[in-house]
Amino acid sequence: MHGVHVAPVQFRVSRHMENVIEVKNLVKKFGEVTAVDGVSFEVKKGEIFGFLGPNGAGKSTTISMLSTLAEPTSGSAAINGFDVSENRDDVRKSIGLVFQDPTLDDRLTAEENLRFHARLYGVSNEDYEKRVEEVLDLVELKDRRHDLVRTYSGGMKRRLEIGRGLIHYPAVLFLDEPTIGLDPQTRAHLWEYILRLKKEKEMTIFMTTHYMNEAEYCDRIAIIDRGKIVALETPERLKKNIGGDIIQMKSAEKEKLVREIKEKYDIGAKSGEHDIVQIEVANAETFLPRLFNELDTKINSIEMRRPTLDDVFLSLTGKRIREEHASGKDDIRAHMRMRGR
Amino acid sequence: MNFSAIYIIWEREIIRYWRDKIRIVTTFIQPLMFLAIFGTGLRSTLASSSLGIDFLKFMFPGIIAMNVMGVAFFSTISTVWDREFGFLKEILVAPVSRISIVFGKSLGATAIAATQALLLLILAPLIGLSFPLSIVPELFLFMLLLAFTISGLGLLIASLMKSLESFGLLMQLLVFPMFFLSGAFFPLQNVPGWMKILSAVNPLSYGVDALREIILRTQIAPGEIAKIILRSPVENAGYLVLFSIILIFAAVVAFNRQN
Ligand SMILES: Nc1ncnc2c1ncn2[C@@H]1O[C@H](COP(=O)(O)OP(=O)(O)OP(=O)(O)O)[C@@H](O)[C@H]1O
Ligand SMILES: [Mg+2]
Repeated sequence: MHGVHVAPVQFRVSRHMENVIEVKNLVKKFGEVTAVDGVSFEVKKGEIFGFLGPNGAGKSTTISMLSTLAEPTSGSAAINGFDVSENRDDVRKSIGLVFQDPTLDDRLTAEENLRFHARLYGVSNEDYEKRVEEVLDLVELKDRRHDLVRTYSGGMKRRLEIGRGLIHYPAVLFLDEPTIGLDPQTRAHLWEYILRLKKEKEMTIFMTTHYMNEAEYCDRIAIIDRGKIVALETPERLKKNIGGDIIQMKSAEKEKLVREIKEKYDIGAKSGEHDIVQIEVANAETFLPRLFNELDTKINSIEMRRPTLDDVFLSLTGKRIREEHASGKDDIRAHMRMRGR
Repeated sequence: MNFSAIYIIWEREIIRYWRDKIRIVTTFIQPLMFLAIFGTGLRSTLASSSLGIDFLKFMFPGIIAMNVMGVAFFSTISTVWDREFGFLKEILVAPVSRISIVFGKSLGATAIAATQALLLLILAPLIGLSFPLSIVPELFLFMLLLAFTISGLGLLIASLMKSLESFGLLMQLLVFPMFFLSGAFFPLQNVPGWMKILSAVNPLSYGVDALREIILRTQIAPGEIAKIILRSPVENAGYLVLFSIILIFAAVVAFNRQN
Protein backbone atom coordinates (compact mmCIF):
# COMPACT_ATOMS: atom_id res chain seq x y z
CA MET A 1 0.00 0.00 0.00
CA HIS A 2 2.88 2.24 0.76
CA GLY A 3 4.40 1.52 -2.59
CA VAL A 4 1.28 2.62 -4.40
CA HIS A 5 1.76 6.12 -3.07
CA VAL A 6 5.46 6.27 -3.61
CA ALA A 7 5.62 4.87 -7.11
CA PRO A 8 4.17 7.82 -9.06
CA VAL A 9 6.42 10.25 -7.25
CA GLN A 10 9.48 8.20 -8.02
CA PHE A 11 8.42 7.86 -11.59
CA ARG A 12 8.16 11.60 -11.89
CA VAL A 13 11.53 12.28 -10.36
CA SER A 14 13.37 9.71 -12.40
CA ARG A 15 11.74 10.95 -15.54
CA HIS A 16 12.99 14.43 -14.80
CA MET A 17 16.46 13.23 -14.04
CA GLU A 18 16.74 11.54 -17.36
CA ASN A 19 15.06 14.04 -19.62
CA VAL A 20 16.40 17.50 -19.14
CA ILE A 21 14.14 18.83 -21.86
CA GLU A 22 10.62 17.55 -22.44
CA VAL A 23 8.48 19.04 -25.13
CA LYS A 24 4.94 17.99 -25.96
CA ASN A 25 2.89 19.23 -28.90
CA LEU A 26 4.39 22.67 -28.75
CA VAL A 27 2.66 25.19 -31.02
CA LYS A 28 3.41 28.84 -31.67
CA LYS A 29 1.32 31.01 -33.93
CA PHE A 30 2.04 34.57 -34.98
CA GLY A 31 -1.33 35.65 -36.32
CA GLU A 32 -1.81 33.58 -39.46
CA VAL A 33 1.69 32.12 -39.44
CA THR A 34 2.21 28.88 -37.54
CA ALA A 35 5.90 29.08 -36.76
CA VAL A 36 6.02 25.91 -34.66
CA ASP A 37 3.43 23.31 -35.43
CA GLY A 38 3.04 20.60 -32.81
CA VAL A 39 6.60 19.70 -31.94
CA SER A 40 7.39 16.93 -29.43
CA PHE A 41 10.75 15.59 -28.30
CA GLU A 42 12.89 14.78 -25.29
CA VAL A 43 16.54 15.47 -24.57
CA LYS A 44 18.53 13.41 -22.08
CA LYS A 45 21.06 14.73 -19.64
CA GLY A 46 24.45 15.26 -21.24
CA GLU A 47 23.15 14.95 -24.75
CA ILE A 48 23.89 17.28 -27.65
CA PHE A 49 20.61 17.69 -29.42
CA GLY A 50 20.42 19.45 -32.75
CA PHE A 51 17.66 21.23 -34.60
CA LEU A 52 18.38 21.25 -38.28
CA GLY A 53 16.25 23.16 -40.73
CA PRO A 54 16.07 25.87 -43.35
CA ASN A 55 15.27 29.56 -42.82
CA GLY A 56 11.96 30.13 -41.12
CA ALA A 57 11.55 26.50 -40.06
CA GLY A 58 10.77 27.53 -36.49
CA LYS A 59 14.09 26.80 -34.78
CA SER A 60 14.56 30.13 -33.05
CA THR A 61 10.90 30.30 -32.13
CA THR A 62 11.20 26.94 -30.39
CA ILE A 63 14.18 28.21 -28.42
CA SER A 64 12.24 31.35 -27.47
CA MET A 65 9.50 29.23 -26.00
CA LEU A 66 11.88 26.89 -24.20
CA SER A 67 13.70 29.86 -22.70
CA THR A 68 10.51 31.61 -21.48
CA LEU A 69 10.87 34.51 -23.89
CA ALA A 70 7.73 33.57 -25.81
CA GLU A 71 4.54 32.06 -24.47
CA PRO A 72 3.53 28.87 -26.33
CA THR A 73 0.19 29.09 -28.13
CA SER A 74 -0.50 25.53 -26.96
CA GLY A 75 1.33 22.46 -25.79
CA SER A 76 3.84 22.21 -22.97
CA ALA A 77 7.55 22.15 -22.35
CA ALA A 78 9.68 21.49 -19.30
CA ILE A 79 13.35 22.24 -18.71
CA ASN A 80 15.12 20.47 -15.87
CA GLY A 81 11.67 19.43 -14.65
CA PHE A 82 10.28 22.98 -14.59
CA ASP A 83 7.37 24.05 -16.75
CA VAL A 84 8.30 26.94 -19.06
CA SER A 85 5.01 28.75 -18.50
CA GLU A 86 4.60 28.15 -14.80
CA ASN A 87 8.07 28.08 -13.25
CA ARG A 88 9.78 30.66 -15.38
CA ASP A 89 12.35 31.69 -12.84
CA ASP A 90 13.47 28.10 -12.24
CA VAL A 91 13.69 27.56 -15.97
CA ARG A 92 15.73 30.74 -16.37
CA LYS A 93 18.13 29.63 -13.66
CA SER A 94 18.60 26.31 -15.42
CA ILE A 95 19.56 27.61 -18.82
CA GLY A 96 22.29 29.44 -20.63
CA LEU A 97 21.55 31.03 -23.97
CA VAL A 98 23.48 32.09 -27.00
CA PHE A 99 20.99 33.86 -29.22
CA GLN A 100 21.12 33.86 -32.97
CA ASP A 101 21.50 37.64 -32.95
CA PRO A 102 24.18 39.25 -30.82
CA THR A 103 23.13 40.40 -27.37
CA LEU A 104 26.33 41.86 -25.96
CA ASP A 105 26.60 45.40 -24.68
CA ASP A 106 29.39 46.64 -26.90
CA ARG A 107 29.91 49.77 -24.81
CA LEU A 108 31.10 47.54 -21.99
CA THR A 109 34.30 45.53 -21.82
CA ALA A 110 34.29 41.75 -22.08
CA GLU A 111 34.77 41.44 -18.38
CA GLU A 112 31.98 43.89 -17.61
CA ASN A 113 29.64 41.90 -19.81
CA LEU A 114 30.58 38.73 -17.96
CA ARG A 115 30.22 40.33 -14.54
CA PHE A 116 26.82 41.76 -15.44
CA HIS A 117 25.65 38.33 -16.46
CA ALA A 118 27.08 36.55 -13.42
CA ARG A 119 25.43 39.04 -11.05
CA LEU A 120 22.06 38.65 -12.74
CA TYR A 121 22.33 34.91 -12.28
CA GLY A 122 23.30 35.21 -8.63
CA VAL A 123 26.84 33.86 -9.00
CA SER A 124 28.72 34.73 -5.82
CA ASN A 125 31.71 37.03 -5.99
CA GLU A 126 34.05 34.27 -4.99
CA ASP A 127 32.76 31.90 -7.69
CA TYR A 128 32.78 34.68 -10.24
CA GLU A 129 36.46 35.42 -9.71
CA LYS A 130 37.31 31.80 -10.41
CA ARG A 131 34.96 31.29 -13.29
CA VAL A 132 35.82 34.46 -15.16
CA GLU A 133 39.40 33.20 -15.52
CA GLU A 134 38.19 29.80 -16.58
CA VAL A 135 35.73 31.12 -19.12
CA LEU A 136 38.11 33.70 -20.60
CA ASP A 137 40.68 30.96 -20.90
CA LEU A 138 38.22 28.73 -22.63
CA VAL A 139 37.22 31.28 -25.24
CA GLU A 140 40.76 32.66 -25.47
CA LEU A 141 39.95 36.26 -24.75
CA LYS A 142 42.07 36.75 -21.66
CA ASP A 143 44.34 39.35 -23.20
CA ARG A 144 41.37 41.37 -24.49
CA ARG A 145 39.28 41.22 -21.34
CA HIS A 146 39.50 44.96 -20.61
CA ASP A 147 38.76 46.09 -24.15
CA LEU A 148 35.37 47.44 -25.16
CA VAL A 149 33.38 44.81 -27.02
CA ARG A 150 32.83 47.22 -29.91
CA THR A 151 36.51 46.79 -30.76
CA TYR A 152 36.08 43.02 -31.14
CA SER A 153 35.81 41.07 -34.37
CA GLY A 154 32.64 39.13 -35.08
CA GLY A 155 34.23 35.84 -34.11
CA MET A 156 35.54 37.24 -30.85
CA LYS A 157 32.09 38.55 -29.99
CA ARG A 158 30.59 35.18 -30.68
CA ARG A 159 33.15 33.46 -28.47
CA LEU A 160 32.46 35.92 -25.69
CA GLU A 161 28.75 35.24 -25.95
CA ILE A 162 29.33 31.54 -25.64
CA GLY A 163 31.58 32.10 -22.64
CA ARG A 164 28.96 34.29 -21.05
CA GLY A 165 26.28 31.66 -21.52
CA LEU A 166 28.43 29.27 -19.50
CA ILE A 167 29.54 31.36 -16.58
CA HIS A 168 26.59 30.48 -14.38
CA TYR A 169 27.04 26.75 -15.09
CA PRO A 170 23.63 26.15 -16.64
CA ALA A 171 22.14 22.68 -16.77
CA VAL A 172 21.14 23.26 -20.38
CA LEU A 173 22.94 25.40 -22.90
CA PHE A 174 20.94 26.69 -25.85
CA LEU A 175 22.99 27.61 -28.88
CA ASP A 176 21.08 29.22 -31.73
CA GLU A 177 23.34 28.97 -34.77
CA PRO A 178 26.42 29.42 -32.61
CA THR A 179 28.90 29.51 -35.44
CA ILE A 180 27.04 31.59 -37.99
CA GLY A 181 29.26 34.04 -39.80
CA LEU A 182 32.47 32.51 -38.49
CA ASP A 183 35.27 31.25 -40.65
CA PRO A 184 35.80 27.47 -40.76
CA GLN A 185 38.83 27.68 -38.49
CA THR A 186 37.05 29.56 -35.74
CA ARG A 187 34.08 27.29 -36.21
CA ALA A 188 36.19 24.19 -35.68
CA HIS A 189 37.71 25.82 -32.63
CA LEU A 190 34.36 26.60 -31.13
CA TRP A 191 33.30 23.05 -31.61
CA GLU A 192 36.30 21.89 -29.67
CA TYR A 193 35.12 24.04 -26.76
CA ILE A 194 31.58 22.85 -26.97
CA LEU A 195 32.57 19.19 -27.00
CA ARG A 196 34.96 19.73 -24.13
CA LEU A 197 32.27 21.46 -22.12
CA LYS A 198 29.86 18.70 -22.66
CA LYS A 199 32.40 16.29 -21.25
CA GLU A 200 33.72 18.39 -18.39
CA LYS A 201 30.51 19.94 -17.17
CA GLU A 202 28.07 17.21 -18.15
CA MET A 203 26.08 19.91 -19.76
CA THR A 204 23.09 19.26 -21.96
CA ILE A 205 23.27 21.18 -25.20
CA PHE A 206 20.41 22.15 -27.45
CA MET A 207 21.56 23.71 -30.67
CA THR A 208 20.28 24.80 -34.01
CA THR A 209 22.30 24.93 -37.15
CA HIS A 210 22.02 24.85 -40.86
CA TYR A 211 25.54 23.58 -41.37
CA MET A 212 25.24 19.90 -42.17
CA ASN A 213 28.75 19.08 -41.04
CA GLU A 214 28.02 20.66 -37.67
CA ALA A 215 24.90 18.63 -37.20
CA GLU A 216 27.12 15.55 -37.21
CA TYR A 217 28.53 16.56 -33.83
CA CYS A 218 25.09 16.01 -32.33
CA ASP A 219 24.08 12.87 -30.52
CA ARG A 220 20.64 13.18 -32.03
CA ILE A 221 19.15 15.43 -34.64
CA ALA A 222 15.64 16.63 -35.24
CA ILE A 223 15.04 17.77 -38.77
CA ILE A 224 12.48 20.52 -38.75
CA ASP A 225 10.68 21.92 -41.74
CA ARG A 226 7.83 24.41 -41.72
CA GLY A 227 7.34 24.06 -37.98
CA LYS A 228 7.16 20.26 -37.98
CA ILE A 229 9.71 17.65 -37.01
CA VAL A 230 10.07 15.38 -40.01
CA ALA A 231 12.75 13.10 -38.57
CA LEU A 232 14.46 12.54 -35.25
CA GLU A 233 17.44 10.18 -35.11
CA THR A 234 21.15 9.88 -34.56
CA PRO A 235 23.14 11.24 -37.50
CA GLU A 236 24.31 7.73 -38.40
CA ARG A 237 20.80 6.29 -38.46
CA LEU A 238 19.49 9.17 -40.48
CA LYS A 239 22.13 8.52 -43.08
CA LYS A 240 21.52 4.81 -42.99
CA ASN A 241 17.82 5.38 -43.61
CA ILE A 242 18.71 6.83 -46.94
CA GLY A 243 20.00 3.43 -47.89
CA GLY A 244 23.08 2.82 -49.95
CA ASP A 245 24.92 5.41 -52.00
CA ILE A 246 23.96 8.57 -53.75
CA ILE A 247 24.36 9.26 -57.42
CA GLN A 248 23.94 12.81 -58.55
CA MET A 249 23.63 13.76 -62.17
CA LYS A 250 23.38 17.05 -63.94
CA SER A 251 21.29 17.24 -67.03
CA ALA A 252 19.58 19.96 -69.02
CA GLU A 253 16.65 17.58 -69.58
CA LYS A 254 15.75 16.92 -65.99
CA GLU A 255 12.19 15.67 -66.47
CA LYS A 256 13.12 13.34 -69.23
CA LEU A 257 15.92 11.88 -67.14
CA VAL A 258 13.65 11.30 -64.15
CA ARG A 259 11.12 9.57 -66.40
CA GLU A 260 13.70 7.37 -68.04
CA ILE A 261 15.18 6.25 -64.73
CA LYS A 262 11.72 5.42 -63.45
CA GLU A 263 10.95 3.33 -66.56
CA LYS A 264 14.23 1.51 -66.76
CA TYR A 265 15.09 0.84 -63.11
CA ASP A 266 11.89 1.59 -61.22
CA ILE A 267 13.80 4.06 -59.05
CA GLY A 268 12.17 7.31 -57.94
CA ALA A 269 14.69 10.01 -58.77
CA LYS A 270 14.53 13.36 -57.02
CA SER A 271 15.15 16.48 -58.97
CA GLY A 272 16.81 19.31 -57.13
CA GLU A 273 17.84 22.79 -58.11
CA HIS A 274 20.27 23.61 -60.91
CA ASP A 275 19.68 20.65 -63.23
CA ILE A 276 20.45 18.17 -60.48
CA VAL A 277 18.83 14.76 -60.44
CA GLN A 278 19.60 12.42 -57.61
CA ILE A 279 19.04 8.73 -56.99
CA GLU A 280 19.83 6.38 -54.15
CA VAL A 281 21.16 2.94 -54.96
CA ALA A 282 22.47 0.03 -52.92
CA ASN A 283 25.81 -0.08 -54.65
CA ALA A 284 26.96 2.79 -56.79
CA GLU A 285 30.10 1.07 -58.12
CA THR A 286 28.14 -1.54 -60.00
CA PHE A 287 25.25 0.75 -60.86
CA LEU A 288 27.24 3.52 -62.55
CA PRO A 289 28.37 1.43 -65.55
CA ARG A 290 24.75 0.46 -66.21
CA LEU A 291 23.73 4.10 -66.27
CA PHE A 292 26.50 4.92 -68.74
CA ASN A 293 25.50 2.12 -71.07
CA GLU A 294 21.75 2.31 -70.90
CA LEU A 295 20.67 5.94 -70.51
CA ASP A 296 19.52 7.83 -73.60
CA THR A 297 19.12 11.22 -71.97
CA LYS A 298 22.16 13.42 -72.21
CA ILE A 299 24.00 13.83 -68.90
CA ASN A 300 26.50 16.61 -68.34
CA SER A 301 28.15 15.36 -65.20
CA ILE A 302 27.82 12.54 -62.72
CA GLU A 303 29.00 12.11 -59.17
CA MET A 304 28.71 9.41 -56.55
CA ARG A 305 29.19 9.58 -52.79
CA ARG A 306 28.18 8.29 -49.39
CA PRO A 307 25.03 9.97 -48.04
CA THR A 308 25.44 13.11 -45.97
CA LEU A 309 22.89 14.83 -43.77
CA ASP A 310 22.28 17.17 -46.63
CA ASP A 311 21.00 14.21 -48.61
CA VAL A 312 18.87 13.18 -45.68
CA PHE A 313 17.39 16.61 -45.67
CA LEU A 314 16.73 16.58 -49.37
CA SER A 315 15.13 13.17 -49.24
CA LEU A 316 12.88 14.13 -46.30
CA THR A 317 11.78 17.57 -47.35
CA GLY A 318 12.33 17.56 -51.08
CA LYS A 319 14.58 20.58 -50.82
CA ARG A 320 18.14 21.37 -50.13
CA ILE A 321 19.12 23.19 -46.98
CA ARG A 322 20.42 26.67 -47.72
CA GLU A 323 24.07 25.92 -47.02
CA GLU A 324 25.92 26.36 -50.27
CA HIS A 325 23.68 28.81 -52.09
CA ALA A 326 22.83 31.09 -49.22
CA SER A 327 26.19 31.20 -47.55
CA GLY A 328 27.15 34.46 -49.19
CA LYS A 329 23.97 36.10 -48.02
CA ASP A 330 24.42 34.68 -44.56
CA ASP A 331 27.83 36.21 -44.28
CA ILE A 332 26.46 39.61 -45.08
CA ARG A 333 23.62 39.16 -42.62
CA ALA A 334 25.95 38.01 -39.91
CA HIS A 335 28.33 40.79 -40.67
CA MET A 336 25.64 43.41 -40.37
CA ARG A 337 24.48 41.96 -37.10
CA MET A 338 27.95 41.75 -35.68
CA ARG A 339 28.54 45.36 -36.41
CA GLY A 340 25.81 46.17 -33.92
CA ARG A 341 25.95 49.73 -32.75
CA MET B 1 13.37 42.25 -5.24
CA ASN B 2 16.88 41.17 -6.04
CA PHE B 3 19.31 43.80 -4.79
CA SER B 4 22.39 42.45 -6.47
CA ALA B 5 20.53 42.47 -9.79
CA ILE B 6 19.23 46.00 -9.18
CA TYR B 7 22.76 47.09 -8.35
CA ILE B 8 24.36 45.62 -11.48
CA ILE B 9 21.67 47.05 -13.77
CA TRP B 10 22.14 50.41 -12.04
CA GLU B 11 25.88 50.19 -12.43
CA ARG B 12 25.66 49.45 -16.14
CA GLU B 13 23.64 52.64 -16.66
CA ILE B 14 26.28 54.63 -14.79
CA ILE B 15 29.19 53.09 -16.69
CA ARG B 16 27.53 53.70 -20.03
CA TYR B 17 26.72 57.27 -19.10
CA TRP B 18 30.26 57.94 -17.94
CA ARG B 19 31.74 56.59 -21.18
CA ASP B 20 29.47 58.74 -23.33
CA LYS B 21 31.31 62.02 -22.98
CA ILE B 22 29.43 63.69 -25.81
CA ARG B 23 26.17 63.07 -24.06
CA ILE B 24 27.51 64.59 -20.86
CA VAL B 25 28.63 67.72 -22.66
CA THR B 26 25.41 68.18 -24.60
CA THR B 27 23.28 67.97 -21.51
CA PHE B 28 25.22 70.95 -20.17
CA ILE B 29 24.88 72.90 -23.38
CA GLN B 30 21.11 72.77 -23.51
CA PRO B 31 20.45 74.63 -20.23
CA LEU B 32 23.10 77.19 -21.14
CA MET B 33 21.31 77.77 -24.41
CA PHE B 34 17.98 78.16 -22.71
CA LEU B 35 19.42 80.69 -20.30
CA ALA B 36 21.25 82.62 -22.97
CA ILE B 37 18.64 82.71 -25.71
CA PHE B 38 15.33 82.52 -23.90
CA GLY B 39 16.53 84.31 -20.83
CA THR B 40 18.02 87.36 -22.47
CA GLY B 41 15.47 87.42 -25.27
CA LEU B 42 12.45 87.21 -23.06
CA ARG B 43 13.91 89.41 -20.38
CA SER B 44 14.03 92.37 -22.73
CA THR B 45 10.38 92.08 -23.72
CA LEU B 46 8.92 90.78 -20.49
CA ALA B 47 8.40 93.10 -17.58
CA SER B 48 10.34 91.32 -14.92
CA SER B 49 8.81 93.60 -12.38
CA SER B 50 5.49 91.77 -12.50
CA LEU B 51 7.32 88.66 -11.27
CA GLY B 52 8.98 90.54 -8.48
CA ILE B 53 12.30 89.06 -9.56
CA ASP B 54 14.70 89.07 -12.47
CA PHE B 55 13.41 86.79 -15.23
CA LEU B 56 16.64 84.82 -15.51
CA LYS B 57 16.53 84.04 -11.84
CA PHE B 58 12.89 83.11 -12.17
CA MET B 59 13.70 80.71 -14.97
CA PHE B 60 16.82 79.15 -13.48
CA PRO B 61 15.10 76.57 -11.21
CA GLY B 62 12.82 75.63 -14.09
CA ILE B 63 15.79 75.03 -16.37
CA ILE B 64 17.31 72.72 -13.80
CA ALA B 65 14.08 70.78 -13.44
CA MET B 66 13.81 70.50 -17.21
CA ASN B 67 17.33 69.17 -17.34
CA VAL B 68 16.46 66.55 -14.73
CA MET B 69 13.54 65.50 -16.84
CA GLY B 70 15.49 65.48 -20.10
CA VAL B 71 18.32 63.35 -18.72
CA ALA B 72 16.09 60.94 -16.79
CA PHE B 73 13.85 60.54 -19.78
CA PHE B 74 16.66 59.97 -22.22
CA SER B 75 18.37 57.46 -19.93
CA THR B 76 15.31 55.29 -19.49
CA ILE B 77 14.22 55.54 -23.10
CA SER B 78 17.53 53.83 -23.86
CA THR B 79 15.66 50.64 -23.02
CA VAL B 80 14.26 50.91 -26.54
CA TRP B 81 17.82 50.85 -27.87
CA ASP B 82 18.53 47.86 -25.68
CA ARG B 83 15.64 46.09 -27.32
CA GLU B 84 16.70 47.15 -30.79
CA PHE B 85 20.25 45.93 -30.29
CA GLY B 86 19.30 42.74 -28.52
CA PHE B 87 20.75 43.38 -25.09
CA LEU B 88 17.30 43.51 -23.51
CA LYS B 89 16.94 39.79 -24.28
CA GLU B 90 20.00 39.07 -22.16
CA ILE B 91 18.29 40.84 -19.25
CA LEU B 92 14.85 39.40 -19.83
CA VAL B 93 15.95 35.79 -19.98
CA ALA B 94 17.80 36.09 -16.66
CA PRO B 95 16.20 34.80 -13.45
CA VAL B 96 15.41 38.32 -12.26
CA SER B 97 11.98 39.77 -11.49
CA ARG B 98 10.71 42.49 -13.79
CA ILE B 99 10.38 44.75 -10.74
CA SER B 100 14.11 44.49 -10.13
CA ILE B 101 14.82 45.35 -13.76
CA VAL B 102 12.57 48.42 -13.61
CA PHE B 103 14.14 49.54 -10.33
CA GLY B 104 17.69 49.05 -11.56
CA LYS B 105 16.99 51.04 -14.71
CA SER B 106 15.07 53.85 -13.01
CA LEU B 107 17.54 54.22 -10.16
CA GLY B 108 20.36 54.41 -12.68
CA ALA B 109 18.59 57.20 -14.55
CA THR B 110 17.77 58.89 -11.24
CA ALA B 111 21.38 58.95 -10.12
CA ILE B 112 22.59 60.32 -13.44
CA ALA B 113 19.91 63.00 -13.79
CA ALA B 114 20.09 64.21 -10.19
CA THR B 115 23.88 64.36 -10.13
CA GLN B 116 23.97 66.30 -13.34
CA ALA B 117 21.35 68.73 -12.04
CA LEU B 118 23.43 69.21 -8.94
CA LEU B 119 26.39 70.18 -11.10
CA LEU B 120 24.23 72.69 -12.97
CA LEU B 121 23.96 74.74 -9.79
CA ILE B 122 27.48 75.89 -10.64
CA LEU B 123 25.90 78.06 -13.34
CA ALA B 124 24.03 80.13 -10.76
CA PRO B 125 26.71 82.84 -10.37
CA LEU B 126 26.61 83.39 -14.14
CA ILE B 127 23.18 84.96 -13.77
CA GLY B 128 24.07 86.72 -10.58
CA LEU B 129 22.33 84.26 -8.35
CA SER B 130 23.91 83.30 -5.06
CA PHE B 131 22.31 81.22 -2.37
CA PRO B 132 23.43 79.55 0.87
CA LEU B 133 24.83 76.04 0.50
CA SER B 134 22.47 74.90 3.24
CA ILE B 135 19.64 74.59 0.73
CA VAL B 136 21.59 72.16 -1.47
CA PRO B 137 20.56 68.95 0.35
CA GLU B 138 16.93 69.94 0.06
CA LEU B 139 17.38 70.73 -3.63
CA PHE B 140 19.11 67.41 -4.22
CA LEU B 141 16.27 65.56 -2.57
CA PHE B 142 13.80 67.09 -5.02
CA MET B 143 16.12 66.43 -7.94
CA LEU B 144 16.19 62.76 -6.95
CA LEU B 145 12.45 62.62 -6.49
CA LEU B 146 11.71 64.32 -9.79
CA ALA B 147 14.27 62.17 -11.62
CA PHE B 148 12.78 58.98 -10.18
CA THR B 149 9.27 60.03 -11.21
CA ILE B 150 10.30 60.91 -14.75
CA SER B 151 12.30 57.70 -15.15
CA GLY B 152 9.14 55.78 -14.24
CA LEU B 153 7.39 57.63 -17.07
CA GLY B 154 10.32 56.96 -19.43
CA LEU B 155 10.29 53.24 -18.70
CA LEU B 156 6.53 53.07 -19.11
CA ILE B 157 6.78 54.66 -22.52
CA ALA B 158 9.81 52.60 -23.51
CA SER B 159 7.94 49.38 -22.86
CA LEU B 160 4.92 50.62 -24.79
CA MET B 161 6.97 51.84 -27.71
CA LYS B 162 7.41 49.36 -30.52
CA SER B 163 10.13 51.03 -32.51
CA LEU B 164 12.75 53.71 -32.58
CA GLU B 165 10.75 55.61 -35.19
CA SER B 166 8.07 56.55 -32.70
CA PHE B 167 10.73 58.26 -30.66
CA GLY B 168 10.74 61.53 -32.59
CA LEU B 169 6.98 61.71 -32.52
CA LEU B 170 7.01 61.16 -28.81
CA MET B 171 9.39 64.04 -28.26
CA GLN B 172 7.06 66.37 -30.15
CA LEU B 173 3.89 65.18 -28.50
CA LEU B 174 5.03 64.69 -24.95
CA VAL B 175 8.34 66.19 -23.97
CA PHE B 176 7.94 69.69 -25.40
CA PRO B 177 4.39 70.20 -24.03
CA MET B 178 5.64 68.95 -20.70
CA PHE B 179 8.45 71.50 -20.79
CA PHE B 180 6.22 74.40 -21.69
CA LEU B 181 3.35 73.48 -19.38
CA SER B 182 5.58 73.02 -16.37
CA GLY B 183 5.75 76.65 -15.30
CA ALA B 184 9.43 76.78 -16.13
CA PHE B 185 9.03 79.75 -18.47
CA PHE B 186 6.05 81.58 -17.00
CA PRO B 187 4.13 81.45 -13.74
CA LEU B 188 1.00 79.30 -13.81
CA GLN B 189 -0.99 81.54 -11.47
CA ASN B 190 -3.03 83.36 -14.07
CA VAL B 191 -3.24 80.88 -16.96
CA PRO B 192 -6.60 79.61 -18.30
CA GLY B 193 -8.31 76.60 -16.71
CA TRP B 194 -7.40 74.07 -19.40
CA MET B 195 -3.75 74.92 -19.01
CA LYS B 196 -4.02 74.62 -15.25
CA ILE B 197 -5.43 71.12 -15.62
CA LEU B 198 -2.72 70.07 -18.06
CA SER B 199 0.03 71.33 -15.83
CA ALA B 200 -1.55 69.65 -12.83
CA VAL B 201 -1.18 66.22 -14.49
CA ASN B 202 2.37 67.10 -15.53
CA PRO B 203 4.79 65.76 -12.90
CA LEU B 204 7.43 68.24 -14.06
CA SER B 205 5.28 71.14 -12.72
CA TYR B 206 5.75 69.93 -9.17
CA GLY B 207 9.50 69.67 -9.58
CA VAL B 208 9.74 73.17 -11.07
CA ASP B 209 7.56 74.59 -8.31
CA ALA B 210 9.55 72.95 -5.53
CA LEU B 211 13.00 73.89 -6.86
CA ARG B 212 11.81 77.45 -7.45
CA GLU B 213 10.50 77.83 -3.93
CA ILE B 214 13.69 76.50 -2.37
CA ILE B 215 16.04 78.65 -4.45
CA LEU B 216 14.06 81.87 -4.67
CA ARG B 217 12.92 82.06 -1.07
CA THR B 218 16.49 83.05 -0.33
CA GLN B 219 16.18 85.91 -2.87
CA ILE B 220 12.89 87.65 -2.23
CA ALA B 221 10.52 88.49 0.59
CA PRO B 222 8.10 85.77 1.75
CA GLY B 223 5.12 87.85 0.65
CA GLU B 224 6.47 88.18 -2.88
CA ILE B 225 7.26 84.52 -3.43
CA ALA B 226 3.62 83.49 -3.07
CA LYS B 227 3.00 85.20 -6.40
CA ILE B 228 5.20 82.82 -8.32
CA ILE B 229 4.78 79.63 -6.26
CA LEU B 230 1.77 77.33 -6.29
CA ARG B 231 2.44 74.87 -3.46
CA SER B 232 4.67 74.31 -0.50
CA PRO B 233 7.66 71.93 -0.96
CA VAL B 234 5.95 69.36 1.25
CA GLU B 235 2.88 69.36 -0.97
CA ASN B 236 5.05 69.12 -4.07
CA ALA B 237 6.97 66.23 -2.52
CA GLY B 238 3.69 64.46 -1.78
CA TYR B 239 2.51 64.79 -5.37
CA LEU B 240 5.84 63.62 -6.76
CA VAL B 241 5.82 60.55 -4.52
CA LEU B 242 2.30 59.79 -5.68
CA PHE B 243 3.26 60.21 -9.33
CA SER B 244 6.35 58.05 -8.94
CA ILE B 245 4.43 55.19 -7.30
CA ILE B 246 1.82 55.21 -10.05
CA LEU B 247 4.33 55.49 -12.89
CA ILE B 248 6.76 52.87 -11.59
CA PHE B 249 3.88 50.49 -10.97
CA ALA B 250 2.55 51.09 -14.47
CA ALA B 251 6.03 50.59 -15.89
CA VAL B 252 6.37 47.21 -14.17
CA VAL B 253 2.96 46.13 -15.49
CA ALA B 254 3.80 47.27 -19.02
CA PHE B 255 7.20 45.61 -18.84
CA ASN B 256 5.63 42.37 -17.74
CA ARG B 257 3.05 42.45 -20.46
CA GLN B 258 5.24 43.47 -23.35
CA ASN B 259 8.13 41.20 -22.66
N1 LIG C 1 7.92 37.88 -33.65
C1 LIG C 1 7.43 37.33 -34.76
N2 LIG C 1 6.32 37.81 -35.33
C2 LIG C 1 5.81 37.26 -36.44
N3 LIG C 1 6.33 36.19 -37.07
C3 LIG C 1 7.43 35.65 -36.55
C4 LIG C 1 8.05 36.18 -35.37
N4 LIG C 1 9.13 35.44 -35.08
C5 LIG C 1 9.20 34.49 -36.03
N5 LIG C 1 8.18 34.60 -36.92
C6 LIG C 1 7.93 33.73 -38.07
O1 LIG C 1 7.98 32.40 -37.62
C7 LIG C 1 8.62 31.58 -38.58
C8 LIG C 1 9.76 30.83 -37.93
O2 LIG C 1 10.80 31.75 -37.59
P1 LIG C 1 12.11 31.31 -36.82
O3 LIG C 1 12.87 32.54 -36.51
O4 LIG C 1 11.74 30.43 -35.69
O5 LIG C 1 12.87 30.47 -37.92
P2 LIG C 1 14.31 29.78 -37.86
O6 LIG C 1 14.11 28.35 -38.06
O7 LIG C 1 15.02 30.20 -36.64
O8 LIG C 1 14.99 30.41 -39.15
P3 LIG C 1 16.50 30.89 -39.39
O9 LIG C 1 17.27 29.72 -39.85
O10 LIG C 1 16.37 31.91 -40.47
O11 LIG C 1 17.01 31.48 -38.12
C9 LIG C 1 9.03 32.49 -39.72
O12 LIG C 1 8.05 32.36 -40.74
C10 LIG C 1 8.99 33.86 -39.13
O13 LIG C 1 8.64 34.81 -40.08
MG1 LIG D 1 16.68 31.26 -36.23
